[in-house]
Amino acid sequence: MADTIALFGVYRRLVGARIRSQLQYRLSFALNTLGTTLISFVDFAAILVIFGRIDALGDWSVGEVAFLYAISSVTFGLADLVIGHLDLLPRMIRQGELDVLLARPLGSLFQVVSSDFALRRLGKVIQGLAVLGYALVTVEIDWTAGRAGMLALMLVTGVVIFCGIWVAFASVAFWVVDSTELANAFTYGGNYMAQYPVNIFGAWLRRFVIFIVPLAFVGYFPALFVLGKEDELGLPEAFQFASPLAAAASVAGGWALWRAAVRRYRSTGT
Amino acid sequence: MAGGRAPLPEHGYLTIAIELADVEKTFVVWRKRGRVRREREVVRAVDGVSFSIERGAMVGYVGPNGAGKSTTVKMLTGILVPSGGRVRVAGVEPARHRIDLARRIGVVFGQRVQLWWDLPLQDSFELLRHVYRVPADRHRRNLDAFVERLEMAPFLATPVRQLSLGQRMRGELTAAMLHDPEILFLDEPTIGLDVVAKARVRDFLAEMNRERGVTVLLTTHDLADIERLCERMLIIDHGRVIYDGGIEELVALHGAERTLVVDLAEPAPPLELDGARAERVDGPRQWLRFRREELSAAELIAAVAERAAIVDLAIEEPDIEDVVARIYRGDAAVTQLGSDPGPAH
Repeated sequence: MADTIALFGVYRRLVGARIRSQLQYRLSFALNTLGTTLISFVDFAAILVIFGRIDALGDWSVGEVAFLYAISSVTFGLADLVIGHLDLLPRMIRQGELDVLLARPLGSLFQVVSSDFALRRLGKVIQGLAVLGYALVTVEIDWTAGRAGMLALMLVTGVVIFCGIWVAFASVAFWVVDSTELANAFTYGGNYMAQYPVNIFGAWLRRFVIFIVPLAFVGYFPALFVLGKEDELGLPEAFQFASPLAAAASVAGGWALWRAAVRRYRSTGT
Repeated sequence: MAGGRAPLPEHGYLTIAIELADVEKTFVVWRKRGRVRREREVVRAVDGVSFSIERGAMVGYVGPNGAGKSTTVKMLTGILVPSGGRVRVAGVEPARHRIDLARRIGVVFGQRVQLWWDLPLQDSFELLRHVYRVPADRHRRNLDAFVERLEMAPFLATPVRQLSLGQRMRGELTAAMLHDPEILFLDEPTIGLDVVAKARVRDFLAEMNRERGVTVLLTTHDLADIERLCERMLIIDHGRVIYDGGIEELVALHGAERTLVVDLAEPAPPLELDGARAERVDGPRQWLRFRREELSAAELIAAVAERAAIVDLAIEEPDIEDVVARIYRGDAAVTQLGSDPGPAH
């Protein structure tokens, strides 16, 4: 326990130093954040365009899809902020930076994660929050304490699920050095998939996002509960409360893959 | 010092800082054969290395590129797991106790940056204090001593990316020493540095070894590092230790040749002199090879001056690549000197 607290202190310091150095260039930071926010809105406009043609997407109204979109954007954006720099792992391996980290008395994943904190990606979160505001005024939600609690919970579990996915696919870099594109397909690609209601996907893809890479638990299942919707897929109601389980599984999977990957690296050195 | 060691007790850490017994490291590489086909090839980067280093010693670990130096250092620091054999550093098995060991050793990779690139140097030191959990007062004491010793005060507030290579290396050495390591591993600490910066690094290492009793193992291409610092050197080539002993014995045994480069007033045919031979002639410039024990430089210069007018001259000492190449060609002479050929050799 004392170790965990000490570790958190080190994390705070490492990340604090990174944030300070990014804030040195205030104007560039402000413009960057504004840019990301605006670009993200273009991204959301694509969904509005779809709804210009149709009234509902798999029985989900524009406000309800906006809700899914916002949850995915905010949680993905936060995960990106905290561990998005795992994308740089192939470079760290190639240039031997990983060896430097392994020579220090801290865990490897901890050090890679604490090596950066990309504040400029804050724009994605800001945009997601704006869309969430839009969704909450557009959709009439029958608020209960349980539903409000679920909204808060899904914001946390979503971040955790994305973090687990990120670690899992970044670990592939230890086997295939040029794996950035593959990882992107599941991280950035996962963000897109989690924006849409799962019931519009084909059976194959549906099973994939429910049982293999648990993106359906970022937005879809908990959203059914918050919005008071019927599950078109007819799955047990328990799925709507299973996001914490999915988050635990995602993190466990990511961690197991990372450990295997680092073990392999240390015995093969490639 | 290396020959005829008695077998070590199981917990011999009182006297032995580093011990390797028949250590191997193999890598699998896939070589392209034709368009799609690839062939699996096993590369033995370290191939049965055994040696031990006493506490407080300062040892040079040299060899040509790709000889297995860095791989050995990575196994000693716990970064890589050996494929075979036994490694002990500071009494523990590095690969198994990587994090515990990391607190007790210092590592400098001359070609990588361990400091935080965007941060002022002093911030890196402060972060390292927390990473290594050094008590504040001890940290302060060490830092003050190193800042003064290495004259770092003028650039403590400068971001690392703006430091010169020499300044950065002073920062790296400090970073590696702040937590009072028992053993210091340095992989090419003087690479790319100018003469003054090299001298500074060497002086600092000598002082750490002398005054703090730090055991030092350094890899280098620069024979001068070894001459200045190490009583003992290990030469590794093709993953094997091919020499273990003092540098002077090595030169004496091998009679490595020195070269006198002379610029004559006018182009001349290759000079014929007793004890020296013209290895190369380029216009008025001649390269004359001679052996230290047969002829002194002064005698040779005098002999040349008798034959022709000298405009300029320089003496080139044999470099490490040269010595290693020489040893490898005539290793019969080495095995007599090699401390403990061991079963693997």
